[in-house]
Amino acid sequence: MTKITHHLTEDLLMGYSAGTLPEAVNLIVATHISLCDACRASLDAYDAVGGVLLERHSHEVSEACLAGALDMIRKGETSATPAPRRGCDLVPAPLADYVGKGLSDVKWRPVGMGVKQAILETSPEATARLLYIPAGTAVPDHSHNGLELTLVLQGAFEDAEGRFARGDIEIADDDLEHMPVADISQDCICLAVTDAPLRFKGLLPRLAQPFLKI
Amino acid sequence: MAESPDWTSCLIRIRDDRDETAFVALFRHFAPRVKAFLMRSGADAALAEEVAQEVMATVWHKAAQFDPARASVATWIFTIARNRKIDALRKQARPEPEDLPWGPEPDPDQADAVGLQQEMDHLGQALAELPDKQRELIEKAYFGELTHREIADATGLPLGTIKSRIRLALDRLRHAMDGRAR
Ligand SMILES: [Zn+2]
Repeated sequence: MTKITHHLTEDLLMGYSAGTLPEAVNLIVATHISLCDACRASLDAYDAVGGVLLERHSHEVSEACLAGALDMIRKGETSATPAPRRGCDLVPAPLADYVGKGLSDVKWRPVGMGVKQAILETSPEATARLLYIPAGTAVPDHSHNGLELTLVLQGAFEDAEGRFARGDIEIADDDLEHMPVADISQDCICLAVTDAPLRFKGLLPRLAQPFLKI
Repeated sequence: MAESPDWTSCLIRIRDDRDETAFVALFRHFAPRVKAFLMRSGADAALAEEVAQEVMATVWHKAAQFDPARASVATWIFTIARNRKIDALRKQARPEPEDLPWGPEPDPDQADAVGLQQEMDHLGQALAELPDKQRELIEKAYFGELTHREIADATGLPLGTIKSRIRLALDRLRHAMDGRAR
């Protein structure tokens, strides 16, 4: 595997650990961590902070709550250790839950110039999509509101921020204007997540538009 | 209690011996904490208690997956509670990273678990020693009571300042841990 050089931000790691991010953002974070041991270790540290914070406050529970829990553990099946969750065909396990077993299952829709996309079903505060960019293609400069996260699954692309290959994640905010160009050697497949700031909540038709304005 | 009880061996008794007495002890300590966590995240008392009950039952049922070399008991329970919170409060799935190629070791190194617990104690101490304002910000961000923007609105501080304060607080925590780890 090539070395990952573009990682998650501290904000994303902490938000993922705290459980305060939208589902689509959790999905891209979990997919990156599946490919990146460095960010997995950072996440463990943030989870440890969560464990320490959990210890600090308590609120009395009833005896009935304990009785109910004892009832649940006596009745319930004890799950054997499940088989480890693994991805396949370039799709890490968390993403496989959304796209099916492999990239061959994806129902692509053309958005122009050979670029294709597939929107994944998540909660509406942020949108996750797979992007298929043919080798050597430049994705026209596009604007977006809020955050845009792009994780490479296959191939590579390059823009003003550098080169992004499998496992690398690009984190672009409002200001970044970029024109990613896919490597010539291989078609590029990415997972892309855009968040829709809440202030745009009333403009659903606008959010429903593909961000690739082609 | 002068010293914090050894929750790791308590959970290992649950895992290996299905020891109900150990479960009751673990429940009495952690269920109120999970309940408080849920309430701070916006659940009412009844829902928080229901979720705390489910979380503790999950601890029993999934005890085989507990790896003392990788997470303390408090950390492990925190991750279960956080995932249940997302499910119960926001009705959303929680994508989780895939498993490492190697699973929990069948016979984990006792030294790893002890070292991890020491780190947790240091982290807890470092958190307790933070200035009140910083600690409160971390707690607020963590428990999802307020978004960064809402914290900024509430305190009148610009967003960048809030984020850098949280980062500074975490840096201090990390530094405290590094300094004592060896
Ligand atoms: Zn990373």
